[in-house]
Amino acid sequence: MARDAVLRVADLQTHFFTFGGARVVRAVDGVSFTLHAGETLGLVGESGSGKTTTCLSIVGLLPRAGRIVGGSVLFEGADLTRKSQRELRRIRGRRIAVILQDPMASLNPLFTIFRQVAEPAFFHQHLRGRSLRERVQSLLRAVRIPSPEWRMREYPHQMSGGMRQRIVGAIALAGGPRLVIADEPTTNLDVTIQAQYLDLLKDIQRETGVALIFVTHNLGIVAKMCDRVAVMYAGKLVEQAPVRELFDAPKHPYTRALLGSMPKLGSKEPLYSIRGHPPNLASLPSGCSFHPRCPDVMPRCMTEEPRDFRPGDGSVARCWLLDDVLTRS
Amino acid sequence: MATIPANTRLAARRTASGWLGALVKAAREAPLMAVIILGGLVLVALLADLIAPYDPTLPVKGAEMFVPPFWMEGGSVATPLGTDFQGRDILSRLIYGARVSLVVGLMGTLVAGGIGTAMGILSGYVGGWVDQIIMRVTDAWLALPAIVFAIFLAAMVGPSMWNIIVILGAVYWTRYARVIRGEVLTLRERDFVKLAEIAGASKLRVIKKHILPNVMNTATVLASLTVGVVIIAEASLSFLGVGVPPPQPAWGLMLSEARPTLMAGQWWLTVFPGACILLIVLATQLFGDWLRVRLDPQTRNL
Amino acid sequence: MSQFIIRRILYSVVTLFILSATIFLIVRLTGDPVALMAEASARPEDLERIRHQWGLDRSWPVQYATFMQNALTGELGKSFNYRLPVSELYFQRLPNSLTLGLAATLISLLIGIPAGIISAVKVNTAWDNVAKGVALLGLSIPGFWLGLVLILVFSVWLRWLPTSGSGDWRHVVMPALALGWYFAASMLRLTRSSMLEVLGSEYIKLARLKGLPDFVVIAMHAFKNALIPVFTLAGVNMVVMVNAAVIIEVIFAWPGIGRLLYEGIFQRDFPLVQGVVIMAGFMIIGINLFVDVLYAFIDPRIRLSR
Repeated sequence: MARDAVLRVADLQTHFFTFGGARVVRAVDGVSFTLHAGETLGLVGESGSGKTTTCLSIVGLLPRAGRIVGGSVLFEGADLTRKSQRELRRIRGRRIAVILQDPMASLNPLFTIFRQVAEPAFFHQHLRGRSLRERVQSLLRAVRIPSPEWRMREYPHQMSGGMRQRIVGAIALAGGPRLVIADEPTTNLDVTIQAQYLDLLKDIQRETGVALIFVTHNLGIVAKMCDRVAVMYAGKLVEQAPVRELFDAPKHPYTRALLGSMPKLGSKEPLYSIRGHPPNLASLPSGCSFHPRCPDVMPRCMTEEPRDFRPGDGSVARCWLLDDVLTRS
Repeated sequence: MATIPANTRLAARRTASGWLGALVKAAREAPLMAVIILGGLVLVALLADLIAPYDPTLPVKGAEMFVPPFWMEGGSVATPLGTDFQGRDILSRLIYGARVSLVVGLMGTLVAGGIGTAMGILSGYVGGWVDQIIMRVTDAWLALPAIVFAIFLAAMVGPSMWNIIVILGAVYWTRYARVIRGEVLTLRERDFVKLAEIAGASKLRVIKKHILPNVMNTATVLASLTVGVVIIAEASLSFLGVGVPPPQPAWGLMLSEARPTLMAGQWWLTVFPGACILLIVLATQLFGDWLRVRLDPQTRNL
Repeated sequence: MSQFIIRRILYSVVTLFILSATIFLIVRLTGDPVALMAEASARPEDLERIRHQWGLDRSWPVQYATFMQNALTGELGKSFNYRLPVSELYFQRLPNSLTLGLAATLISLLIGIPAGIISAVKVNTAWDNVAKGVALLGLSIPGFWLGLVLILVFSVWLRWLPTSGSGDWRHVVMPALALGWYFAASMLRLTRSSMLEVLGSEYIKLARLKGLPDFVVIAMHAFKNALIPVFTLAGVNMVVMVNAAVIIEVIFAWPGIGRLLYEGIFQRDFPLVQGVVIMAGFMIIGINLFVDVLYAFIDPRIRLSR
């Protein structure tokens, strides 16, 4: 791709230190990916696999116990991991926006919609008075809120879930971001509203050319929304591929398992479920973290951690199976 | 939401034995300091007749009034913590005072908890006008500051230790009723209660088998936190002269008797009984806090 | 919202009714007030005369009706002892109690809110543990004993502050501290838990994600949400303190309504006792109603519901 990368995450490592540092949890362990303008990356995996922590590491808003211990987050050419909170604040909400998963809870119940949508423009672009009002109205219009001049005077509880989530979207757009991170933005919405919301996001992306990271565990949404998909397991990226390749020819057994647990229309095959439990991040199995649950486990998987393999169709996967395939061919 | 248990009886038994199990587990991990203080005080109260050096209601023979503690000038080892305005031994009075505080604290809490839990279950489970009446009475009684209500009742009924127990029970039951009612309201919607009702269990049976065992956790936690409040209330009433009547050795009464000579600097008369109250209440609070975290994380903000 | 307010007022009226009936009944069920206050040497005719004089020979419903009628017009009967209307005695003393209550509220807020905020913002650190210890001591130290110890330290030993009476600020310090101490602990606990809840909320996370300065996040987004319940409790607590300061007022010889109640009890002045107790109930039911209605105005979730 000729376009410049908006975001280039390289070997990102975020650890949680609990019990006064006595226990270290590698929540994000060596994650790398690149995102271009107008592109959508799907970040999928079970809960606890490090998706949300990856996102929070990018914007530098980790919980108290968490710390980025290695790697870099290059955003528009500058490394965010080296920036102070003060500098990050100028980027958050302006150049990078985050949409949280719960639209009911992400809005402050005591402030009007206007105030909450206006805040980024007020603090970042220093808009005041009429221009601020117009800005908010145009943002609300952009997310298809009917009669924004009325609606912006209302409070969150007066709106439906779908409308609130669109308002959260408007807040995200308020700073004119180049990157939007959406952390499971539709999990709490009805299916029809979900579809409308996804269409809206697509439209906005087409209009503004914003890059999008879409965190979800719904592979149907991934198929609809994303250009590339990154699969996380136990803090690591186990496979990354263009969306077609991932669905047509998944490389990693974990990806295959995820796809196998998705029902297909007309198929009489039994649904595949992944045996075993997600691993405890504080005490990961040796070798490949997935090996205790892997249907294709080999002896070396238990001792050696797989490296990245690139089978050549644009995908990257961390699995020793590919080593066999590649060396044989 | 809760999953539907296959067998209602099983679910009820599990929660009931869970409560017992939690108590047993609790006994093993109880916070050491609180248990030592409480255990020590209970022991002292039980064995008061054996360990107290003198009769707490009579002056020590040969001792003067206002003898200071033994380490001070003029103090005597015979009366290690000094004597009061009648020449009675402070230590003996403190020891017997533990008895009063513990009896009133525990019995008062029992009365309050008993009435309150019963009313709360009745109000929450029966509902309708019964609920309305109980809750309005609760509102009304809660409108008076507990201490004012207790003083008022004590002044009307007259002072005695057993009156105080009943009075404090009558004042503090409302808090239980409110909390227990809330608990019952959610329990009533739980699947195992619904299933028992559908299976045709009588109201009384549902209360006995399903409701009561499940509110016991909350009631126990509330009780552990109420004991200290009741002990302070008793001391306050005794201090004001409407509580335990003299010459009975109650800590609050001792404080009251010490007041006229406070300005003379006879601090031991004031400091020791108060420190005893502080100690016992602190221990019950610690114990209660720990019990709360253990048994009932939901009431964390009580 | 008007429906909410009307319902709330109705509840208060019912509560008031039950409370006054309770007090009325307790006074009459627990013994003959006339026998309690008359001198031992009084002849039966005298008792009869007093009974008639105070209207105690009429049936209870009639007595209650007159009692309520008088109470609603601000007439609480006549004190046996002072031979003055109870309301007059009461309102004479009330300003002193208000002063004390206000001072104690200030102290409880000054201790409780900063400690609660620090403890919440620095949760699970040494600061937090200190705050937890303070809260525990607040609930465990009996206020009146704290008052006695304060007298011992500051009046007897250091001779800095006067022990009793009222006048300038030096008279208020110790009683206010002794009274506010317990409430400071409850303020601290509430501030802490309320702050923690708000700081952990998604909308605070989103506010940070918007790139707002920390102080805007905490001072505007978190404070308003977290401190509404705290100030509400402070308001209610103040009214409670005004009414519940009996022992503190006795210890410091503070001429407020708590001491009026105490005097009433010892002089067997039952109209006075009844009056003071009922006024306490009225005032607290009033503040609760006020707070609920105020909430309705502050919180858009209630304000805009029908």
